[in-house]
Amino acid sequence: VAEGRHLTTEPIDPASTAIGLAGAEDGAVATFTGVVRNHHDGREVLWLEYEAYEEMAERQIDNLIAEARRRWPLSEAVIRHRLGHLNIGEVSVVIAVAAPHRAEALESCRWLIDTLKAEVPIFKREAHAVGEVWVDDHE
Amino acid sequence: VKVTILLFARPREVVGAGKLELQVEMGSTAATAFQELAVRHPRLAEMRANLRCAVDQEYVDWETALHDGAELALIPPTAGG
Repeated sequence: VAEGRHLTTEPIDPASTAIGLAGAEDGAVATFTGVVRNHHDGREVLWLEYEAYEEMAERQIDNLIAEARRRWPLSEAVIRHRLGHLNIGEVSVVIAVAAPHRAEALESCRWLIDTLKAEVPIFKREAHAVGEVWVDDHE
Repeated sequence: VKVTILLFARPREVVGAGKLELQVEMGSTAATAFQELAVRHPRLAEMRANLRCAVDQEYVDWETALHDGAELALIPPTAGG
């Protein structure tokens, strides 16, 4: 697994991703942090593993950021997604956007995480007490 | 024409490889290449409804024709975030 523009096997720090993002003209930084929780569909989750079609995922995330910049007047947009083994409570993804006003920061951040989940080829394996399964629903 | 097929998640486990080469006839589509693979790996056929396909790292229709050297990826349900 490579260290990519957006994908990483290293822990992600949400605070340092957002710090310094706002320029002098920006009034808002919106961030979304995805965290590994200990349950899904009523079942206990012990840990997760993320796998990706890495080259395509990197390109798709580039495209998402470009599209978000077309839709909203963003100054900066950063996406970092973790791959590999993650324990409960670890950060799986951070999205941070800076914009002149809060509405475009919040709306674009929401759009980015929703579209990432639906379109970017990243796959999730969940470990339960009884075994492991690939997650195939869009929550 | 020769194409490279990329597999991830459960399809990768079912086939037992993340990457394989497949020789297909001229004019073959992503769908026909999938069918050839599914003949060898019947459990893959059941997954077709939940798979999307990408050629050269772009999502495409299953009826897209494959060029020589194409990289055809079978994309299972995405679950990032």
